[in-house]
Amino acid sequence: MTTDTAQRTPSDVGEQLVRPVATARGVIRRFGSTVALNGVDLDVVRGTITGLLGPNGAGKSTLLSLLTGLRRPDSGRVELFGGDPTDPGRRQRLGVTPQETGLPATLRVGEVLSFVSRHYPQPLPAGEVLERFGLTGLERRQCGGLSGGQKRRLAVALAFAGDPALVVLDEPTTGLDVEARRALWDGVRAYHDGGGTVLLTSHYLDEIEELAQRVVVIGAGRVLAEGDTASVRRLVGLSLVELRSDALPPLPGVVRDDVDGDRHRLHTADADLLVRDLVRSGAAFRDLQVRTASLEEAFLTLTEAAA
Amino acid sequence: MTTLALTRTHFRYLLLENLRVPIAVGSAAIFPALSLLFFVVPFGYGDDSVAATSAVVQLAVFGVLSSFLFTFGVGVADDREHAWDPYVRTLPAAATPRIAGRLLTGFVFALIAIVPVTVVGAALTSATTTPLRFLAGLVAMLVAGLPFLLGGLTVGYSLPVKAALPVTQLIFFPLAFGGGLFLPPQLFPVWLQTVSQLLPSRGARDIVVWAVQGIAPSVLTVVAFAGWVVVTAALAGWAYRRDEGRRFR
Repeated sequence: MTTDTAQRTPSDVGEQLVRPVATARGVIRRFGSTVALNGVDLDVVRGTITGLLGPNGAGKSTLLSLLTGLRRPDSGRVELFGGDPTDPGRRQRLGVTPQETGLPATLRVGEVLSFVSRHYPQPLPAGEVLERFGLTGLERRQCGGLSGGQKRRLAVALAFAGDPALVVLDEPTTGLDVEARRALWDGVRAYHDGGGTVLLTSHYLDEIEELAQRVVVIGAGRVLAEGDTASVRRLVGLSLVELRSDALPPLPGVVRDDVDGDRHRLHTADADLLVRDLVRSGAAFRDLQVRTASLEEAFLTLTEAAA
Repeated sequence: MTTLALTRTHFRYLLLENLRVPIAVGSAAIFPALSLLFFVVPFGYGDDSVAATSAVVQLAVFGVLSSFLFTFGVGVADDREHAWDPYVRTLPAAATPRIAGRLLTGFVFALIAIVPVTVVGAALTSATTTPLRFLAGLVAMLVAGLPFLLGGLTVGYSLPVKAALPVTQLIFFPLAFGGGLFLPPQLFPVWLQTVSQLLPSRGARDIVVWAVQGIAPSVLTVVAFAGWVVVTAALAGWAYRRDEGRRFR
């Protein structure tokens, strides 16, 4: 185990403050013939909440597994607190969430928490962790007997047990009801207010918008876009205008047009403007429908634009 | 956190986790003792202390064999299927405490597996030994268990639970019988005696008999046993790296 993190000189501390807590540079990772990550760059800046947004299979989990030391990239470089994440010493200030389905069924909540805490030099007191995630009073319960929501909360709580400087949350609220989701978001915000850095993934734009200041959009193994939540919302928060028309003139603001016979599916950032332009153009159309594009549809557009 | 402290942590929680499923621990421990009660005690080895001692040793080796094959074969396969294992790998600890903790847990369960048969043997048969030879037998038991530990790991790291369980069941019975863990090998027909000497289970039995009773094994048996240790170690290493490559590289 390395001791260099424990013996930092003042100049190192200064450097640590500006240097990102986790980075990826030109990372490529294949599984057999599948390319899961195809040249990804990422910076997780200290004290921020960064959201990784992307549909299932985009490469989010693979990127997280590289940053948490589970796997190595085929090429490119991954750094955690300025070093190799597969070096256990670099993971002393990292907190990760297990999948709640994997919690050891026969161990009690308090035991699992204590097992995890013992890996860290200065863990939080168990009572504090349990309270923050609404698990007080459940210490003696075996994990196998917890409800789905309780398991999920325990899994997230484990990421905070070691009082980490960076917490990585993979789909933290999947399967939670609204109330539990809010409670969890509050917990993440409280940690961030205390100076913590968070990297979280989600395939819900709402969740990322609620928590993150910076969003990195990933699709088909590449970074498609990054920026603040508003700019990403403009990019992936597309509307779909569907109509039938035999002759449709070119319209401004159409990101993409799927044509099937006389059926058009127009992707646009501003549906109101598009409809006004459409009416003004005088073109004959029928069966007009307007709806919000799903994230998957928005990603398809983005992925094709990037290719 | 020192490696030693972390090993203790991993050992302690693995032990707790497994002890909470008493049926798994109990069945491995009770079978050898029951076999002794039904198949040895009533058949008058009573007077022949050498044969009675061998019978107890054989069944104790059987306890270790089944315990190692099941905890390392089925146990590891089961772990690989749970998301907990990759999570534990993200904690700030090297692989050593995890592996050491698992080995220690296996040793404890092997020890638990030989207690009842030893107690029944001491109480109800004329089996006997000296304290020194008894201790030598315990150490020999660890050596004797090596090919099953390593073979178990090979199965555990290369197969899913659903395949690991039947495969383990399929290998362990013929191995136990052929190695003379149920019937003394002296009762076998000649051809089976030859085959028996080539089996790792026979080597395991003879090594512990050697330690406890001073009856030296044949050279062929010892050479074959050493060969099995080398082969299973290579296989376990291969299976482990292959699994790492698939899941974590």
